[in-house]
Amino acid sequence: MQDLSPGGAHVRAVHDEFHGDLLEVSMGPHHPSTHGVFRMVVTLDGERIVKLKPVFGYLHRNHEKLGEGTSYLGSMPYTDRLDYLCSMTNNWAYAVAVEKLAGLTVPERAEYVRVILAELTRLLNHTCLAGFLMQDCGCSGTPLMYAFREREKILDLFESLSGSRMMCNYQRFGGCRVDPPADWLARAQTLVDGYTAFLDEFEALLTGNEIVMARTQGVGCMSAALAVSAGVTGPALRATGVAHDLRKVDGYGVYPRFNFRVPLGAHGDVYDRYMIRVLEMRESVGILQQALAGLPGGPIMNPAAKLRGFRPKAGEAYGRIEGPKGEIGFYLISDGSPNPWRYRVRPPSFINLTILEDMCLGHTVADAVIILGSVDIVLGEVDR
Amino acid sequence: MDQIAPTTVPITDAERDELRRHGILLTGLEELYNWGRSRSVWPLNFGLACCAIEMIAASMAKFDIARFGSEVFRPSPRQADLLIVSGTVTKKMAPQVVRLWNQMPEPKFCIAMGACAISGGPFKQGYNVLKGIDRFIPVDIYIPGCPPRPEALLHGLVQLQEKMRGQTISGPDAPRHLRADLDCDCPIPEFGEHDLEPPQNDILFQPPASPVRTPKA
Repeated sequence: MQDLSPGGAHVRAVHDEFHGDLLEVSMGPHHPSTHGVFRMVVTLDGERIVKLKPVFGYLHRNHEKLGEGTSYLGSMPYTDRLDYLCSMTNNWAYAVAVEKLAGLTVPERAEYVRVILAELTRLLNHTCLAGFLMQDCGCSGTPLMYAFREREKILDLFESLSGSRMMCNYQRFGGCRVDPPADWLARAQTLVDGYTAFLDEFEALLTGNEIVMARTQGVGCMSAALAVSAGVTGPALRATGVAHDLRKVDGYGVYPRFNFRVPLGAHGDVYDRYMIRVLEMRESVGILQQALAGLPGGPIMNPAAKLRGFRPKAGEAYGRIEGPKGEIGFYLISDGSPNPWRYRVRPPSFINLTILEDMCLGHTVADAVIILGSVDIVLGEVDR
Repeated sequence: MDQIAPTTVPITDAERDELRRHGILLTGLEELYNWGRSRSVWPLNFGLACCAIEMIAASMAKFDIARFGSEVFRPSPRQADLLIVSGTVTKKMAPQVVRLWNQMPEPKFCIAMGACAISGGPFKQGYNVLKGIDRFIPVDIYIPGCPPRPEALLHGLVQLQEKMRGQTISGPDAPRHLRADLDCDCPIPEFGEHDLEPPQNDILFQPPASPVRTPKA
């Protein structure tokens, strides 16, 4: 078959000594299922995948290089655009790294507000992911509509607090930008109170659904040993049964004060990854209830924090938190100047994506689509 | 509305409304054609970056792009007539975007959604970021924002519908695809050694001349 494009063939015949005649299919970068501009070159033996080569870089927008030329605070809006579903947790991880570098402490109220916003982001991300995953499975429309209905409610909260729906740019070094007023907290409480009912409705549609179970159980299995050796973090790791949640392991912020459980899977397949996220959302609702009930008064910013002329002393720091997708971390090296000498992101979705081939081997192309969906990638973070 | 009403119709809008009240519908072929096209714009199901999430949000329950006749997102460029460039176009992605544009059948339209698609946006300084998709394909509507709200996308869509209704189907103002003297295909750039080659489509994009200072008298 002829090459259809100069950038790489869409479909071409290849020959393998072991398998015989194979077909190489290029999926993406424009493909409705690939969650953005991601390309997979899959080699098929009949319908089964024998080789999968991921091709990245279609959204490489020089995040790290730009971070080296921008002031510390100037990089904060760029972190919003890393994983554009979870700007609040990206902000927090970056703030943690800079606070470590500069030795800043954070007031208690700000820590509580950060927890509230991070858990709201987790709800937002996991809800949207479940919707997208079901879209990939083929139930087109309804679950995603339900997910986006809830997303809009959370985004309304984010917008009234930070001024922007998606790109919140809310955290600052040593606190948060604005103090959430009482009516905002009341609205957040209303949302949190109603979220369990939404989850019940969502689960009634999907969790016990025979088609969803047939489609996702036993598909894309990942062993715990493979997940650990590849550095997989987040729900994808916990679906294999490894109890690793930075909220428990590091106990950063005020998380040790809250009572919550870490749900674990047993099979590491697509269904487990879906279930872990649903169960995590239920735990997040519990954390939100506790955080909203226990929110202390006091300042929202450390008075010692400087916004203008911010120059941390020379040194290096790595700050990490448990984002909705896994461990999101920022590594900074300072030489005492207003901008970092080196700025590095540890993107969870990129590292979780590295074992895509291992999960997809032996499955069909249709399964590869839902396996990719269950890994939960956002290309802004994968390619940076 | 007045300035875009087709001038070939010899009666005024008021007269036509009067006739409509009596049950007589008077229209021209051009008007009917444009009305039909503008009310069923099928966008390409194509997301690039952050703006794509807002594009999806615009098609979901709260904003509901179906109210404007554009809910049919087609995954294949062969079936689409609106390309929404929703996000940062990198130099690796630009050839693919232009190829998608060439694969779409005429009449086709392009919306540059968000700061990145317009000019590179916050990532303009980046070595790998295209400084605006209008360097390679003709853009009809620009929607500023980072990302634009779904309402902004809907507004852009309504503006595009206005533009469609103002088009003529014959004469020197006819759109590209109805004119034999114009080539509709955009040349696809290649990823060269330092930059895309060519770095822009010279027919579409002329960089603004640097301002010349006139000495004061």
